[in-house]
Amino acid sequence: MLTDLLGFPPQVLFGQLLLGLINGAFYAVLSLGLAVIFGLLNIVNFAHGALYMLGAFATLGLMKFFGIGYWGALIFAPLLVGIVGIVIERLLLRRLAGVDHLYGLLLTFGLALVLEGTFVKLFGASGIPYSPPAQLQGGINLGFMFLPWYRGWVVVASLIVCAATWYLFERTKIGAYLRAGTENPRLLQAFGVNVPLLTTLAYGYGVALAAFAGVLAAPITQVNPLMGSNLIIVVFAVVVIGGMGSIVGAVVTGLAMGVIEGLTKVFWPEASSTVIFLVMAIVLVLRPAGLFGKAA
Amino acid sequence: MSTLIENHDIGGQHVSEHIEELRIQDLHAFYGESHALHGIDLTVYQGELVTLLGRNGSGRTTTLRSIMGLVGHRTGSIMLKGEEVIHATPHSIAHLGVGYCPEERGIFSRLSVEENLMLPPRVAAGGMSVEELYEMFPNLAERRKSQGTRLSGGEQQMLAMARILRTGANILLLDEITEGLAPVIVDKLGEVLIELKTRGYTVVLVEQNFVFAAPLADRHFVMDHGKIVACIEQDELESKQHIFDEYLSV
Repeated sequence: MLTDLLGFPPQVLFGQLLLGLINGAFYAVLSLGLAVIFGLLNIVNFAHGALYMLGAFATLGLMKFFGIGYWGALIFAPLLVGIVGIVIERLLLRRLAGVDHLYGLLLTFGLALVLEGTFVKLFGASGIPYSPPAQLQGGINLGFMFLPWYRGWVVVASLIVCAATWYLFERTKIGAYLRAGTENPRLLQAFGVNVPLLTTLAYGYGVALAAFAGVLAAPITQVNPLMGSNLIIVVFAVVVIGGMGSIVGAVVTGLAMGVIEGLTKVFWPEASSTVIFLVMAIVLVLRPAGLFGKAA
Repeated sequence: MSTLIENHDIGGQHVSEHIEELRIQDLHAFYGESHALHGIDLTVYQGELVTLLGRNGSGRTTTLRSIMGLVGHRTGSIMLKGEEVIHATPHSIAHLGVGYCPEERGIFSRLSVEENLMLPPRVAAGGMSVEELYEMFPNLAERRKSQGTRLSGGEQQMLAMARILRTGANILLLDEITEGLAPVIVDKLGEVLIELKTRGYTVVLVEQNFVFAAPLADRHFVMDHGKIVACIEQDELESKQHIFDEYLSV
């Protein structure tokens, strides 16, 4: 077998591939949210990691205060955090419309620090466990590797959400508004489309995607206030590689970078945490607009 | 197109001088610190086609953008169909039945021709059907699946026009629709304007091509330095030629 030739047992290779695919699924959903937000608001949403964390904490809160389990949280946590996003857009981000990108970046960065600091103060920096639903406990031995059901579900759920988002953007009237709004929001508004409302909803949707990733992550990584800040830098690298604002770029690059990271763990473990940034540097030199982005 | 066409042959006689579609009074517009319009007054009646003529920088495009609410700061009064819109948002202005065709055409590159055509929401009843529009602009039908910005300049202009005609808008603000286009396309656009006029549309046309605009319009507003300096009726074209010479010649 190929794996024997390479000198690695198949369990190691496929195990890391699966891990890479799961990480890639998180990268894809998170970078998709960032792409949606950047596309319409032109804001680099540094609060995205904190909102992902908020999704995971909302999962815990729904269970603790309302007895709503994992499946309910998949719907309600993104909805609740999406509403938080709408409030943030209406109260804060809207005031930055038309000014330099840097202000949006600074505001969302500050917001992330405030959110994370508040949660550290309230819950401490250590993780809080959350069990996967009973239906997804255990796994299956595929012969060459053991596949935990929950991890398989994470990949499938992420792909469904990414496909649904792609369909929304590319095949619906709302998607046409969003694409047109990305290019020329003023003209779109002059055609009679309520662009301020569209922008608010786009931010809410992008934030809901982050929260959805947070719900998926809750049973895998323990829920802790800094879970987003650890991930967000890699996700930004993914967005840059895919091309800022590109929906397809975010999804394809997210999955690909997860797999590349996983494979690097097999062949050169020390480089696994930097390989994505190496790819980013190469892409920025050869194609500054990103693999799927359009040059300005 | 032929300049021999008489205005009354193309619907000018249908103009209702009793129904005001657009009344602008003492309109001032600003881009940041820059004062672009210095007190515009004009009235356009239902079914009229009027032009805004003038040199570059005279404020014609800013006047259209001000009507649509696309200028940073405006003062004065803009009444559209009897409704004051000086503080209204662009999307609510559009829903009064106003269609805007910008100077740069504004075709969205991320959308196909058909998506561009179907993009603006309906703002009033009575818009043209897609079939009617494809009949009016056959090139668009052939290229309906193409990316919007892959069309030629003339086709993009046709798409920009078709897009607002589908919405039911009956006040059309058209900015430099003939700019940079081949004569055959300019002729086609002239035919379209004649058709629109016979259908009773109210049109405000910003133009530099006086030969194109002269036979189509009921009245010409001549602009200079952010003001309207003259209003010339269709039957005064010859007697007031000196005004055109003074304000339009370069």
